[in-house]
Amino acid sequence: MKFGVIRFPGSCDEVDALQACRRVGDAVILWHGDRDLQGVDAVIVPGGFSYGDYLRVGAIARFAPVMEEVAEFAAAGGLVLGICNGFQVLCEAGLLPGALLPNTSLRFIFRQVELEVVTADSPFTGTCVPGQRLSIPVKHTTGRYYAPDDQLARMEAADQVLLRYAPGENPNGSLNDVAGVCNEQRNVFGLMPHPEHAVDPLMGPTGGLPIFESICAHVADGAALV
Amino acid sequence: MTPSAAPATYRELGLTDSEYELIVSGLGREPAVTELAMLSLMWSEHCAYKHSKKLLRRLPTEGPAVLMGPGENAGVVDVGGGLGVAFKVESHNHPSAVEPFQGAATGVGGILRDVFAVGARPIAVLDSLRFGELADSERSRYLLDRAVGGIGHYGNSIGVPTVGGEIYFESSYEQNCLVNAMCLGLAPHERLIRSAAAGPGNVLVLLGALTGRDGIGGASVLASAELGEGDEAKRPSVQIGDPFAEKKLLECCLELLDSELLVSLQDLGAAGLTSSSSEMAAKGGVGLDIDCALVPLREQDMEPFEIMVSESQERMLCVVEPHRVDAVIEVCERWETLATPIGTVTDTGRLRVRTGEEVVADLPVPILVDDCPLYDLQPAPPSGSLYAPPAASLAADTDAGGTLLALLGSANIASRRPVFEQYDPVVQSRTVRRPDEADAAVLALPTGEAIAVAIDGNGRRVACDPRRGAAEAVYECAANLACVGAEPLGLTNCLNFGNPEKPHVAWQLVEAVEGVRAACLALGVPVVGGNVSLYNEAPTGPIFPTPVIGMVGRLPDPARAGRLAFAEEGDVVALVGDLSGAGRAGSELAKLRGEPVTGPLPALDEEAARAAHATVRELARSGAVRSAHDIAEGGIAVALAECCIAGGLGATVGLPAGLDPFAEAPGRAFIVSGPEDALRALPVIGRVGGAALRVEGVLEVEVSRLAAARSGGLAKFL
Repeated sequence: MKFGVIRFPGSCDEVDALQACRRVGDAVILWHGDRDLQGVDAVIVPGGFSYGDYLRVGAIARFAPVMEEVAEFAAAGGLVLGICNGFQVLCEAGLLPGALLPNTSLRFIFRQVELEVVTADSPFTGTCVPGQRLSIPVKHTTGRYYAPDDQLARMEAADQVLLRYAPGENPNGSLNDVAGVCNEQRNVFGLMPHPEHAVDPLMGPTGGLPIFESICAHVADGAALV
Repeated sequence: MTPSAAPATYRELGLTDSEYELIVSGLGREPAVTELAMLSLMWSEHCAYKHSKKLLRRLPTEGPAVLMGPGENAGVVDVGGGLGVAFKVESHNHPSAVEPFQGAATGVGGILRDVFAVGARPIAVLDSLRFGELADSERSRYLLDRAVGGIGHYGNSIGVPTVGGEIYFESSYEQNCLVNAMCLGLAPHERLIRSAAAGPGNVLVLLGALTGRDGIGGASVLASAELGEGDEAKRPSVQIGDPFAEKKLLECCLELLDSELLVSLQDLGAAGLTSSSSEMAAKGGVGLDIDCALVPLREQDMEPFEIMVSESQERMLCVVEPHRVDAVIEVCERWETLATPIGTVTDTGRLRVRTGEEVVADLPVPILVDDCPLYDLQPAPPSGSLYAPPAASLAADTDAGGTLLALLGSANIASRRPVFEQYDPVVQSRTVRRPDEADAAVLALPTGEAIAVAIDGNGRRVACDPRRGAAEAVYECAANLACVGAEPLGLTNCLNFGNPEKPHVAWQLVEAVEGVRAACLALGVPVVGGNVSLYNEAPTGPIFPTPVIGMVGRLPDPARAGRLAFAEEGDVVALVGDLSGAGRAGSELAKLRGEPVTGPLPALDEEAARAAHATVRELARSGAVRSAHDIAEGGIAVALAECCIAGGLGATVGLPAGLDPFAEAPGRAFIVSGPEDALRALPVIGRVGGAALRVEGVLEVEVSRLAAARSGGLAKFL
């Protein structure tokens, strides 16, 4: 199992993601200017402030050369995980539905929040059980998930919401308490909370670990089938 | 060279007649315009420390762990395993008072550059903030909101966690808010680099942002002397921070150092190219030849003096061997960072500035860096308090429970959550103890050990008794470190004071430095760097004298880093240390009651304090205690309440006979809790349990009420 973590200028959490991946498999950094995904099994678009988040969050990063490869990789069924800024980038790139708007508080917010796993039917939550609680921190200014009503209803019906903020825990005003969504094909997943900051008991709760373990288990199963 | 203008010009630039005469006699001629701009800044208080340098020599700077002491961009201490921790605190008070968001943001940006200028990756930021009374002042609420926003904007965006800090609100800061930022960085010993320029023939390369008219400040007098009235384009502007540019600059500089491409490195801060180049030259005993026509500009038609004093952010200056310049530029291009050769190292000992072929400045380096006169302070103790008593907000007959709730809800003690929730404390995956979890932040090291850091400085207590108050700040930092099991390695300080030319302020300054010195010597903690901010004074008087102390320590096992919360029903609560001298002078309760700002503060028994610190440190390290918290503002009652609130657990305690629950004596006593067997040898005063804090014969309040009071005290203003 080999993860690739993209590094854009302005990425902040790419080393954190790299370390988290290495708890469950191999991981390498992918440079934004390169078009080579180095044969990875899953791509992580990490948190941070790619290109300073200037213009609009994620709006510039989607044009990075590496993102063309990520789009192809996703279209071919490859696993792509977008965390925070990475979620914003994937929405801007059209790889995930919806958009992230400024928090209702209009402020940056850091908080350890409780999430609920909505479904285990995805490569990113496969080792979880529905209703399972995960304690993971959020840290963002632009994390309020939005999709038009009809689109959100279709996504809910198709079980594309994989994680929700637990009751009373929604930190940013996201519709339907959405914390993370996947695409229709279920191989691209974005979430605002930072699972890579919840993997080491020394630092705090480890609610992020099941997400990395799920990806690993899914890739291992795929390999077994081949 | 164009000779400079009339005496009015140098006076407006802040030079006195005698200082100007010294310059003329030193040079043997009148300085040219660019030279005058450079000299006036280098001879300013900010760059020359002319009222504080002699005093700062009193501070002990030697210690077994010190790798780099004062004089470098940041001090560095050894943390074992071939790693060093660089750290420094610096003020950005005046810019923050003008434009709090950018002022605070560029304060963070500046201190980050100081740290990566020595080759260290910034791993943590802490902030020490002071504002006027929030309840009385819309301006103070605005300053707080915007300064916090600016700190978050910069620190969050650049990926450096903000792990701690402190805030106080006092009316003496109404006109002069304080924004001090501290940064820590981590580096392998071999990557540490000094700023001394060396090697005549080597190339001076400017890295980073374009140079504009930002922060030209006082030197703009020269522009108006030369240009017509109302030439808008020449107006100076506040520095604007660009954390994205700095993030690229930071990664770029660390890669340049890892690739061993640089001879030396220096950040551009106050006085821009002038101070960075002259300090590099002075430290290396060399000269520099700069062509300012080569400096990439953000605005056209900048005068040479503007280029030399511009305080545009996100720039660094480095010395490179000629055959490595191309390699340096290649790394910089990869990081989308400008790298421009702008000059060469010479053996002349002179800083020569050209614009193309025309020489606009040609100064011996020592006149810039060493020859500014140092002034002796004329200290005189005031006959009474310099400060008006605060307005009373609590009736003197309030009962103990009501008093505790009022203290917890007061802006100086209330929960800081509304502030620290705006900062990212976890990026870089080192943070073992976040804000509110322990008395000090704890960061894991790759060696398997950890460092701890705390920042303290209660200005009101220093105003009451400068010597003891300043010493207390050092002891309190060390006490905070002890609570997580850390032993101090070194400290950095920022001395924020009023006008040192006034005898009473000079006295505060001298006394405070003596207090810091005594505490450093007693605790064996060297000062490895710092900063001085003077003239924080309004027509109504000076700020409270505010020495801010940032201390770094080391602990062997991050898994055993202490926490402040009571953790288990049935644990015993013990009081470690000596509170016998505690009093109400300078206390938060005295403030709420509107009592005068006067001392003396209680004397501190050095031996007893050291012993208490050692006891708590060992208790944390051995895992014997489940909580440890120092007793500071609001006395033992507030300390107990904070342990209860953090753990969501009550406690029942009996205070030692005669101990005033709200009396203060910071830095020398602790509340610890843990299993009865492990704490048997300690003076046990009670037990954890129940839903209320009960202090026998004094008060009983539900923990939920304590928590509600504490959570709202600051939040209601934000």
